Amino acid sequence: MDFEILSNPFYQRALATAGFIGFANGFFSGFVVLRRNALSVSALSHTMLPGIALGIFLTGALSQWNAFLGALFAALLVGLGSVAVARGNRVEQGTALAVLYTAAFAGGIALLPMLDTRQELEHWLFGDIIAVGNADIWIAFGIGAFTLLITNLLMRPILLTLFESNVAAAQGVPVRFIQYLIFGLMVLALVSSLQAVGCVLSVGLLVTPAATVSLLTDRTSALFWGGGLIGGLGSVLAVILSGSLGISPGPAIVIVLGLLFVGAYLFSPKYGLLTRVKG
Amino acid sequence: MNTPHHDCCAHHGHHHELVIDGLSVSYRRVKALENVSLATSCGNRVALIGPNGAGKSTLLKAIAGLVPRTAGTILWRGTAVKKWSSEFAYLPQREEVDWAFPITVRGLVEMGRYPQTGWWRKFSPADRAAVDHALESLDLKNLQYRQIRELSGGQQQRAFLARALAQEAHVLLLDEPFTGLDRNASKLLGDLLAKLALEGRLVIASHHDLNSVPSLFDEAMVLATRPIAFGPVAEILTPELIERTFHEAPATQQH
Repeated sequence: MDFEILSNPFYQRALATAGFIGFANGFFSGFVVLRRNALSVSALSHTMLPGIALGIFLTGALSQWNAFLGALFAALLVGLGSVAVARGNRVEQGTALAVLYTAAFAGGIALLPMLDTRQELEHWLFGDIIAVGNADIWIAFGIGAFTLLITNLLMRPILLTLFESNVAAAQGVPVRFIQYLIFGLMVLALVSSLQAVGCVLSVGLLVTPAATVSLLTDRTSALFWGGGLIGGLGSVLAVILSGSLGISPGPAIVIVLGLLFVGAYLFSPKYGLLTRVKG
Repeated sequence: MNTPHHDCCAHHGHHHELVIDGLSVSYRRVKALENVSLATSCGNRVALIGPNGAGKSTLLKAIAGLVPRTAGTILWRGTAVKKWSSEFAYLPQREEVDWAFPITVRGLVEMGRYPQTGWWRKFSPADRAAVDHALESLDLKNLQYRQIRELSGGQQQRAFLARALAQEAHVLLLDEPFTGLDRNASKLLGDLLAKLALEGRLVIASHHDLNSVPSLFDEAMVLATRPIAFGPVAEILTPELIERTFHEAPATQQH
């Protein structure tokens, strides 16, 4: 392996970004897995593209703020839209969500060429972790730290709500507030990593790590810290490997995390496929 | 039975009364409960019976503060319960629980302590003792590190009861606790509810099997959106009343 590349400042920055975003999103993936709605996270992240494109279109420039507001707006529109359509009793909510988010995503792609940015579709899908600027890193760092802080402070009410919202409400937890909070933090986590790792990758980071851990343990807290560890270390490892294997770091991260998941699926001492076959 | 963590209230008589007066609940424009009143006290097991959509679950949820009331008051020990009380524990129907959730039996019971510990405080020795005691009194000590899906139906029901005990709840609100249990597990749960009531708790459960009501409960409320009758089981469960409730009264559609 070529270690000279490690002294390259771009490369160092990419490693730091991968490690940090991997950890923060890996930690948060615990909530996504417990909420049992990984697919809607995927829908959400694709929905953000047109929202962000619209934000740039209206304000003429890309900043983290108009990206966030645009993404939030689009996510709410599609999310609430799917609920409203499903209320008509004819179309199921998952179906409505799929219809709306693919349409929104297509709209975003149609809007892209009209924008005065050099970002191309591939950038939106997988990001460009080697090209992240200092500002992007600091914003990702800030949002990640904020998310970690809030979720750790509110860990008990969040877990109560995710496990059984009725019992939680009967214990005095403001369930509605907690549910909106998790949704808001999820949008925030997606936006913070979008610049660096793109929308496909940010979903991978927001689902896979805790899914892997859930195959290895029954302890709830392990889901978060273990997810963070797998997300962070897996991403760093993937960026290092991508350099020596000559593949792009973005897809490499998702592939490494996916392989770790398959490993756990096969070899987990308790829930592994091979263990169950032997048992 | 030694109950260090529960202030036995059977001998306090009237102080531990639950009085519901004129309770009404609506979902959008559909009336789910209309003008329900009842008064009972600790040590009783109360069955809520009635046809599907009669509002049994809604009444439990309204007492637990899970659905907003459109009218009426709930008095517990002489004090109005505005929204929720940590002395009430709600036990959901088993099919509403996500049993694959990565949590152990002990973790589930520890959640019952959160009203006491608040959102941040660490578990004290007293909290741990309450959890241990709850696990022991429901005979779950040797299952405490199992994931909750690995339990039988009866054990799952007991795990939620243990959670309520760890919370030091006086009023247990159970939604169809006997549904899906085999004969043995039903018997065990019935004995357990009798024991919990004897220790001074108030047990209120929705129940659909009329035949087992006399052996499992002391009092019954017959509901069909409106209260049809309330009183000791022997007085309430007359053939005419059952005929009237289950075959004639139009039940409102429940959500």
